[in-house]
Amino acid sequence: MSQNNGALLQVRNVTKEFGGLTAVSNVTFDIPQGQVLGLIGPNGAGKTTLFNCINGVFPITRGQIIFRGVDMTNWKPYDVVRLGLARTHQIVRPLQELTVLENVMAGACYGHEQRPLSQAEEIALEVLEFLHLAERRDQLAANLNVAQKKRLEMARALAARPYLLLLDEVLAGLNPTEIAEMVQVVLRIREQGVTILIIEHVMHALMNVSDRVIVLDHGELIAEGLPGEIVNDPNVIEAYLGDPALAEKLMSGG
Amino acid sequence: MSSSKPAPADKALNRGGFNLEAIKLGGWKYPAFWLALGLVLIGGFVPVITGTNTWRETMFLILMAVSLASSLNIILGYTGYVSFGHIVFFGLGGYVGFYLIAVHGWSLWLAAPVGGLAAGILALLLGKAILHLRGAYFALATIGINEAVRTFVNNFDLFGGPVGLELNFLVYKDYGGPAAMQWSTYWAVFGLTLIIVVLSYGIKFSRFGLGLLAIREDEEAAMVMGVRTPSAKTWAYVLSAIVPGMLGVIFFFRNSSIAPPEAFRLHRSIEFIVMVMLGGQGTVLGPLVGATTYEALRSFLLTSPLFKDLQLAFAGLLLLLIVLFVPTGIVGWLRSRFRSLWRILE
Repeated sequence: MSQNNGALLQVRNVTKEFGGLTAVSNVTFDIPQGQVLGLIGPNGAGKTTLFNCINGVFPITRGQIIFRGVDMTNWKPYDVVRLGLARTHQIVRPLQELTVLENVMAGACYGHEQRPLSQAEEIALEVLEFLHLAERRDQLAANLNVAQKKRLEMARALAARPYLLLLDEVLAGLNPTEIAEMVQVVLRIREQGVTILIIEHVMHALMNVSDRVIVLDHGELIAEGLPGEIVNDPNVIEAYLGDPALAEKLMSGG
Repeated sequence: MSSSKPAPADKALNRGGFNLEAIKLGGWKYPAFWLALGLVLIGGFVPVITGTNTWRETMFLILMAVSLASSLNIILGYTGYVSFGHIVFFGLGGYVGFYLIAVHGWSLWLAAPVGGLAAGILALLLGKAILHLRGAYFALATIGINEAVRTFVNNFDLFGGPVGLELNFLVYKDYGGPAAMQWSTYWAVFGLTLIIVVLSYGIKFSRFGLGLLAIREDEEAAMVMGVRTPSAKTWAYVLSAIVPGMLGVIFFFRNSSIAPPEAFRLHRSIEFIVMVMLGGQGTVLGPLVGATTYEALRSFLLTSPLFKDLQLAFAGLLLLLIVLFVPTGIVGWLRSRFRSLWRILE
């Protein structure tokens, strides 16, 4: 039941089937406290589905998910976040008609620490400052540009004060300057002791921030190791051969 | 920020703290709250100033519309769920209270809260059953429930079946006679309107309210952020049902009779939606402005020989025009037009 080998998150034999389709197949891995674990794989490999399984958006078909020593298999997303696991979405989901500040306050109110409104406002302002969104606080979230919405998504997750942060392609759609800034943000979040699981297609950035990398292909975990090992792993190169551009990025990215 | 003064234009965008405490401490820090409360207070005392029964009856209908629209706004405007058959709470609450008064000789002042409680319990049970439905499916389910409850009451002998229940006029003696009763029920509706307006404001600027707004904007995202969406939605639904239940008791008591067609009239439901949309859904002030405007128009149309049969067609047309051209309603439109008024027009 409740076992702890020192890892913050333990994913054990997780399988997710949609009807006859197996989107995630028998995936097992650990994330030790304080690490950044990169999750890569070709399009459709099941990366986002795996995120949805971990944070409870999808109930899993088989397996076990243990977080902070607690078996939280098939918990609801709102219970998962209370235990200290927050996430961002690949396609941003701002609360459009609320202000930037209100968006982030909601994260703080309902996140891990369950803050009352007045404290949530303090936390939100702090997080907005950190993500360079403070001057936008009173704008409606709908009026932000893509890069700002990505940062808002991150701010909302951070305001929940998580132990573990799941980042789903926070760099996608950003220009090189914005990518560089965001990489700095991720590194600073890590410095604060937050453990991170990050899905990313921008390989060089991912290789810079990750301690270890795991590779998913057709829902199966095909490789796990240091960033330098992963880019030379024949299995990984083969998986990416279907996508030559990505394979090249991967080869040159390390 | 805690020492910021109200009103300078660029500060006006700052929505400040969200805690109700600051209303007590800061006084004028929350102009929107005082504006809404002030409007109800002024409106409520109009019949006293004019001293005529006509004004009292007009204001009775307006205040009742305001509190019904404000109640509906909690589930429709804040939470984003279109409760199409909301009149069921008014009807069922009314029936329960009326039954207790007419058959068991209860006092109105006890029967009204019990009517509200009955409506709240119905909402609680319904919430578990239908609040997982989204969009049009939820709206359709609420219509179905209103029809189901009406049919049930129609066949329920205890509530008088299709004939309904009547009140002996002698009952009004306990309230100082019919004339005094009309004033005391007027003040009761006035009190309920004040309560629902304060409650609307309190909810909107509370932690709970922020969760409801998050659900309205994106229910999946709200859930991932940690909002316990099933219970938050259910409580919003319950809160939006209680005052209509109490109003039902007061209305039908005053009316001295109750029957299924009057209690569960679906088009009244639609009129409340028009009121909320017209004023501005999701704002505290919107239902107040919308209900007053709509009731004023309605009484004008009903008394005009040309339009008296077209009042409902007019409501439909109005709803169409709002949805097409001003989906945010009067208050929402003013807010986007004059951003410096944000803190006043909440």
